[in-house]
Amino acid sequence: MIIAEAKPNSELLEMVSDCSKVLVVGCKGCVTVCNVGGAKEVGVLAATLKIARRRQGRTIAVDEVTLERQCDPEYVDEIKDRIGDYDAVISIACGVGPQFLSERYPSARVFPGVNTKFMGGAVAHGVWEERCAGCGQCVIHNFGGICPIARCSKSLQNGPCGGSDHGKCEISKDVDCIWDVIVRKMMSQGRLDELLKFRPPKSWTTSRDGGPRKMIREELRI
Amino acid sequence: MSEFKSGSNLEKVLRAGHFAFTGECGPPTGANVEALKKKAAYLKGMVDAVNITDNQTAVVRMPSWAASLIVMQEGVEPNFQMVCRDRNRLAAQSDVLGIYAHGIRNMLCLSGDHQKFGNHPDAKNVYDIDSMQLIHTVKTMRDEGKFLNGQDIDVPPKIFIGAASNPFAEPFEYRVHRLAKKIAAGADFVQTQCIYNMDRFREFMKQAVDMGLHEKCYILPGVTPMKSVGMALYMSRSVPGMDVPEDLIKRLRGAGKGKVAEEGIRFALEQIEEFKEMEGVAGVHLMAIEWEHRVPEIAERAGMLPRPSV
Repeated sequence: MIIAEAKPNSELLEMVSDCSKVLVVGCKGCVTVCNVGGAKEVGVLAATLKIARRRQGRTIAVDEVTLERQCDPEYVDEIKDRIGDYDAVISIACGVGPQFLSERYPSARVFPGVNTKFMGGAVAHGVWEERCAGCGQCVIHNFGGICPIARCSKSLQNGPCGGSDHGKCEISKDVDCIWDVIVRKMMSQGRLDELLKFRPPKSWTTSRDGGPRKMIREELRI
Repeated sequence: MSEFKSGSNLEKVLRAGHFAFTGECGPPTGANVEALKKKAAYLKGMVDAVNITDNQTAVVRMPSWAASLIVMQEGVEPNFQMVCRDRNRLAAQSDVLGIYAHGIRNMLCLSGDHQKFGNHPDAKNVYDIDSMQLIHTVKTMRDEGKFLNGQDIDVPPKIFIGAASNPFAEPFEYRVHRLAKKIAAGADFVQTQCIYNMDRFREFMKQAVDMGLHEKCYILPGVTPMKSVGMALYMSRSVPGMDVPEDLIKRLRGAGKGKVAEEGIRFALEQIEEFKEMEGVAGVHLMAIEWEHRVPEIAERAGMLPRPSV
């Protein structure tokens, strides 16, 4: 799923400093699962904004709504009758949400309430890690089912580099060297010879480098 | 004495109020030094500086800095081009120091064509900083003597900073404002995309003059003589942001067999004549692509010779 984290309250307050009526829009998708943009967080943010404003000696009206998904026009449509009532909208979905909102409602001012971090999952309660870089051409089977594109700091395909130190990456002792993990796993499976093959430069045309991406599946179109 | 920003020949020519004339030269797709020297020889004495392209159209070539050094040894002042596609901010700043250390004084800051158009479409692109930010970076390095991170530079590079402008890309209304933004970021001179639609360029220049941009920056419209009808059609249909009016294509077609190139040159000469009189225009940038050997003739017929020595 997509992992996001809340923006600091001070940043959000600054964004809406000239607004007196705001709609906070949550999403029941990924951001609900990673506890940053669901109905609960919508309520918390609304209350926070009101309290902070009161401390400044001003008031702000904040309404709340949480959509099934903000990355789907069908659900984005659900606020069409009320969006005109607000000076601004704060979306606390991933970066897709505020963009779908601003595309659907061109006259609305839409602010992002969270920072979208990465595609990954929860490895423990309250701990999320990146797993996928969305390069568009999956090659993890060559690396013991582990993605060096997303998880090696240098995205090396013929790693590990000389900075691998006791299983840790040279950039920080808090970062695992994923190539250490890959090598050990391939050794344990008796497949080390596969890693010894030279991996030629990858085509990045399917990644962001090839330009903004779009996918069409004809069989699903109506 | 002088308050020259770089002391380059191009800067001195422009500062002295001469109508500048710059050329262009693409480095070889290999280490063919002789081919490069031959091109440089055609340009020597014909122009005030020569743009040395940087892996143009995203095709791998001898690097701009290396080719710049070679043409400099041949007595031609280079205008080193740098694109943001192939280097991050470390490499960009490092290369600026490198070219300055070797005596290069002009630099054109560009985003660069997307690698999709070139011969390594599978490549990752960098675009760590964009052309606007690159202009500002070089200005900061020069005027404040600081790197992007704020650290002091031990002998800052004194570079005459160039930028590009395409008056014909969309949205047309925004183009002049983007030019203004580049000037505010630090551009000392601007070379434009090849101009063919003179009506539109006149309008663009009028806007630029109304905003006073010509007083803050030297503006050099780009001229590329059409060699053939095929080239005109290709430019019109396949080169993004290129505006080739139907009238010009008709005119080239009407020239008759074997005379199209001469007609292309005539059109370029007419353009140059008009640019000499156009308010706000400080010179012309002649991009005779793979036609360097025709530059002496064009320079002569355009009344550009001899080039001023300043």
